Amino acid sequence: MATVKEQTVRPREKPEHVRHTELGKPVTLLEAIREALWEEMERDPTVFLLGEDIGSYGGAFKVTEGFLDYFGADRVMDTPISEAGFTGAAAGAAHMGMRPIVEMQFMDFVSCAYEPLTNYVATSRWRGSGPVPLVVRGPVGGGVRGGPFHSQNPEMAFFHTPGLKIVYPATAHDAKGLLKAAIRDDDPVLYFEHKKLYRLPALRETLPNEDFVVPLGQARVHREGKDITVVAYGMMVHESQRAAEQLEQEDGLQIEILDLRTLLPLDDDAIVQSVRKTNRLLVVHEDTRTGGIAGEIALRVSERAFEWLDAPILRVTAIDTPVPYSPPLEDYFLPQVSDIVTACRYLAKY
Amino acid sequence: MINDSAVAAGVSAGGLGRAQLHELYHYLQLTRQVEQALTNLYRQNKVIGGLYRSLGQEATAVGAVYALRRRTDGTGDVLAPAIRNLGSLLLMGAPPAEVLRQYMAKGNSPTAGREQNVHITDYQRGYLAPISHLGTMIEILAGVALSFRMRGERRVALGFSGDGATSTGAFHEGFNFAAVQRAPLVVIIENNRYAYSTPIERQTACESFIEKAGGYGVWSECCDGNDVLAVFGMTRRAVERARAGEGAALLEVITYRRKGHAEHDPQHYVPAEELKHWQERDPVDAFERRLLAEGWATPDELETIRARVAEQVERARDQAESSPMPEPEGALYPVYGDAEIARPWTRLSLPDPHLA
Ligand SMILES: Cc1ncc(C[n+]2csc(CCOP(=O)(O)OP(=O)(O)O)c2C)c(N)n1
Ligand SMILES: [Mg+2]
Repeated sequence: MATVKEQTVRPREKPEHVRHTELGKPVTLLEAIREALWEEMERDPTVFLLGEDIGSYGGAFKVTEGFLDYFGADRVMDTPISEAGFTGAAAGAAHMGMRPIVEMQFMDFVSCAYEPLTNYVATSRWRGSGPVPLVVRGPVGGGVRGGPFHSQNPEMAFFHTPGLKIVYPATAHDAKGLLKAAIRDDDPVLYFEHKKLYRLPALRETLPNEDFVVPLGQARVHREGKDITVVAYGMMVHESQRAAEQLEQEDGLQIEILDLRTLLPLDDDAIVQSVRKTNRLLVVHEDTRTGGIAGEIALRVSERAFEWLDAPILRVTAIDTPVPYSPPLEDYFLPQVSDIVTACRYLAKY
Repeated sequence: MINDSAVAAGVSAGGLGRAQLHELYHYLQLTRQVEQALTNLYRQNKVIGGLYRSLGQEATAVGAVYALRRRTDGTGDVLAPAIRNLGSLLLMGAPPAEVLRQYMAKGNSPTAGREQNVHITDYQRGYLAPISHLGTMIEILAGVALSFRMRGERRVALGFSGDGATSTGAFHEGFNFAAVQRAPLVVIIENNRYAYSTPIERQTACESFIEKAGGYGVWSECCDGNDVLAVFGMTRRAVERARAGEGAALLEVITYRRKGHAEHDPQHYVPAEELKHWQERDPVDAFERRLLAEGWATPDELETIRARVAEQVERARDQAESSPMPEPEGALYPVYGDAEIARPWTRLSLPDPHLA
């Protein structure tokens, strides 16, 4: 490990707002992310943060609140508005033994860094320049009336690029464990945080007071069932849960929900295993329909579990447009619980 | 102090006459009052999403656009505002009710609720909706200006950029292209000291943004952004040079963002003295004082303008408030000219994935 000069700026004790788990208190998804960042920065002096307004402001969503005072300006670095520049620079630092974590103020702006990420970073190991231990994280997702440029789910723009890993947690536990795993991973990871889940009270969870990771590349059974497999991630895990509860009550259906957690590499085994049990598959994603991950999953299941299917593989997704701003339009755009219910009923009857 | 000779000559420092100065005052007031109405609506949860104010910067948007050829038939100059240039849209002819409907995500807003705030296009009046991604509009405007040059049209493109947005690759690439092509593009860097919470010292190692003009090889000027006549004069010089075929220009105005980045931002990172210093340099107050001191307006005349604007804004607010939200199926607005958006099959009266 590279040597990093001892930090001189540590004026205070670890602040209360990063000690919830230590104190046995439940955390939100955002607090889980904050704790993961903090603990990794304490554990490994090569870990540092870059991004817009992450220092004294603590980030647009306050994820890094209090970090600057404790870790100092070299490890919590406010950048110019230059996503391509600081993402590329992060890769350079990673080559030299650092472990940079880049915050996109909104993941919508990661498109500006598409070039260094897909061309330089993703190919580095293969080109012989070695792995790039880099995490690019930030808020994604709709439902907050953010309009077309503060609501995107750009995961699939990167899914097609060999060499990147893509993580998208749905619970506080996974958010913390996956982020730690991502930071420790030697390969570049894009880490997506649904902004509507950040402070959702229902997601508050008391986490194990120990250093745990959730391995990348493993899906998780969010809810067990025998009738239909619903594969989802992010916000849609929770929408699927609501649909499953309704279907259990009204139709007596037992829906199994598989939370992908990591999109790339995709956990085919978990999907296939569940489909072999339920024989029916619905994929639900908040991302738009064409080129969404449902297409890839359908083909993998067709390759590996076609004989087990009793019904066509179906999907519930956003419609193929930008994310509209006005509430009635955005609600129409986004997949709703009622869509999942309808699709499951169709599959059950098939 | 009344400058009798200037009054007698019928010109002011900006070379403008009395009626024009009153018009400028009208638009400064209109900008401020429309934004104040927006703040009130925001507090009632009637403005959807964030609200970004230009309080203390109104002179920039208004003064600069006053130097443009404003037409309503699609033959004038073309503008792309940034988030704090609502005043520029009003001066280009955007009706206040239209603007309020847009911020309130109404079904009869210029984008029928699909887009937000200043993201409004009107090719007849000459403005192009920005996207949120900073810097992009400089690239787009480079092409707008290029087309004017290629077709020999004596038109100019004007773009605004925040101090922060100058750090994007898009800003650089777009502006450099226009500079190389000697396209009639004028870009105004609106230096309001902050990009969200980030002060200009962390945005550039230059002493001022205008130093960068040398790197592009273009004409440049810098002025007090809170002096509406200075902004007007500077922009007019750049615009007329560009119109005459002398190429792109990079301008900087020094101003200050008196509110937080958006209404949700309590701007704790701003020193109180700094805020106070700039409050005392309010561009609307300053212009008012000047008009009165130099005899370009009487207190009664200014009061009449303010009252007229207040009435106009109130009417616009009533119109906007009574406007309906869009119908949900407005979301099916097409992205292509020759294909429709597929309706989710789960929402058909007889759900059928064959129709997906
Ligand atoms: C490419 C890109 N990155 C990040 C953002 C998020 N963002 C929106 S406004 C803003 C600050 C802009 O500052 P400045 O350009 O100075 O304009 P001002 O708000 O001061 O008018 C940031 C970082 C964005 N819109 N686009
Ligand atoms: Mg600024």
